[in-house]
Amino acid sequence: MTDAVSAVPRPGRPAISGVVRRLPEYLMIWVPLLLSAGHLVSFALWTIWISFTPSTLVPVSGWVGLRNYTAVLATRNWQVAFKNLLLFGSAFVLLSLVAGLMLAILLDQRIRGENVLRTIFLYPLAVSFVVTGTVWSWLLNPGLGIEKLVRDFGWTSFRFDWLVDRDMAIWTIVVAAVWQSSGFAMALFLAGLRSVDADLVKAAQIDGAGPFRMYLRVILPTLWPITITVVVIQLQFAISTFDLVRALTDGGPGIATQLPALVVYDLMFQRGLLGRGAAAAVLMLMILLAVLLPYAAWRYFERRRARHA
Amino acid sequence: MRDRIFAPSRILIYLVVLSMAAAYLAPLAVVVLNSLRTNEEIAQASMIGWPKQWAWSNYAAAWSGFCVAETCAGIRPYMINSALVTIPATIISTMLGAVAGYAVSLWRFRGDGWIYGIVTLGLFLPQQMRLLPWTIVLRDIGLINTLAGLVLIHTIQGISFTTLFCRNYYVAIPHELIRAARIDGAGFFRIFWRIILPLSSPILIVTVIWQFTHIWNEFLYGVTFTSGGQQPVTAALIALSAAIADIPQHGVQSAAVIIAALPTLLVYLFGGRYFVRGLTAGAVK
Repeated sequence: MTDAVSAVPRPGRPAISGVVRRLPEYLMIWVPLLLSAGHLVSFALWTIWISFTPSTLVPVSGWVGLRNYTAVLATRNWQVAFKNLLLFGSAFVLLSLVAGLMLAILLDQRIRGENVLRTIFLYPLAVSFVVTGTVWSWLLNPGLGIEKLVRDFGWTSFRFDWLVDRDMAIWTIVVAAVWQSSGFAMALFLAGLRSVDADLVKAAQIDGAGPFRMYLRVILPTLWPITITVVVIQLQFAISTFDLVRALTDGGPGIATQLPALVVYDLMFQRGLLGRGAAAAVLMLMILLAVLLPYAAWRYFERRRARHA
Repeated sequence: MRDRIFAPSRILIYLVVLSMAAAYLAPLAVVVLNSLRTNEEIAQASMIGWPKQWAWSNYAAAWSGFCVAETCAGIRPYMINSALVTIPATIISTMLGAVAGYAVSLWRFRGDGWIYGIVTLGLFLPQQMRLLPWTIVLRDIGLINTLAGLVLIHTIQGISFTTLFCRNYYVAIPHELIRAARIDGAGFFRIFWRIILPLSSPILIVTVIWQFTHIWNEFLYGVTFTSGGQQPVTAALIALSAAIADIPQHGVQSAAVIIAALPTLLVYLFGGRYFVRGLTAGAVK
């Protein structure tokens, strides 16, 4: 027995012949992990570096300090994109939370055909944003979609032209995005509702709480950690939204539905201003970090509290 | 129990739930119906309507007839491109993720926590931060505007997700199992092959479905790194709507949209349970 134990090769310090023998194993462990970690770190640093160079059509070395950043921040394109992101991000997150929570509560009422209904609410998540954007661009197109349909029915003064209205166009992105991903919030909330402590519910029932008060006072408060997770993930999606806008409005009319990810693409590949494009990408990363870092800190303290409790 | 279904509050619940379901299904229904209407019929009425005559020929035209840019081969070449990118990248990234997830969760080695932490940052780093480096790297190794280049990108980037999924699944496997096998003299690959892999089918299905859906639906890399006949179908759909904006062919276009969306929709319909598990697994890290 002791022999068998000592025959086990010690991980960490094998002899030279052991290294050769275990080479395939080392390669298999390290190559994929190093490729992944290496490309993440080096690509991020690389983009940050480019953002400080005077690169235009091709990357060049040199140092321009924060000039690319100030240039990007001064463009109307970026300012509109940032304002749109604030509006789109908050409206999209709020609406998909409300829709997701409502659907989850409804599905939790022991209704028939729950599986079919869940499948229906989640299928948009399996479809690409390009498809979603294309389809909604037809539905919302005043000359083709809903407006045309209602007018053909006889209500000839009906107007629903957000898609071509500078002030309302951003809401078409909100509608399509909520349609596409509120099912995600629903799935997480439903899982949360199903894991609510049954004793808690029973105790409240004995206390005579009606269904409405039960949700408000007993069940919903247990869902707030899930709510935070959903908010963070949806915000992460909102910040990097690109395909949906490309297919739905392509940033238009004019630049009315411009978003940061479109500005980055435009600077890098349409205007050939690599330095500024990289600066815009880094700005996107900073917006993302403004969401993720507080979340990570919250998670850290929650875990520590749970460990001490 | 049965009579309670007809209580007013129950009826209200069903009414709300069913109308929501109708709203979620409506866009799909509109596109499916349009794909069966002639272009002229849609042009005269609106995008929303019941086919007067069933125009099945839209599908044939969408599949292999209409023109994107200068080539008139329909959507078929782009569907093939997407398949040639998605299938290899899905399989390779899942395999690599399974081995890596096993290595960091059960085999353990010096620095495993660190490297795993960095790998999972890939879930958060925006694609925009990688666009320029990938452009330069692909150009330098001669893979720009090739399907192989897209396979490479999706494989390497997929490792973050696949490793996370598999690692979170494998940590539940008791360490004693691995320790006992090691004492019996089983090595890294033998343990993986004989013990880990047979336990892995649920998580491998989740991972494959997740990767397939994401890579098939990906657009930004496709449109940035390929052009013309090398584009995946998502990029081709955008090119298509731009190309025929002058002479609308909404029937054919609808058929093309349905064809492009069909692979992931089918995967979802047949693997729905695993699809949802992937969604929530990515969320509750």
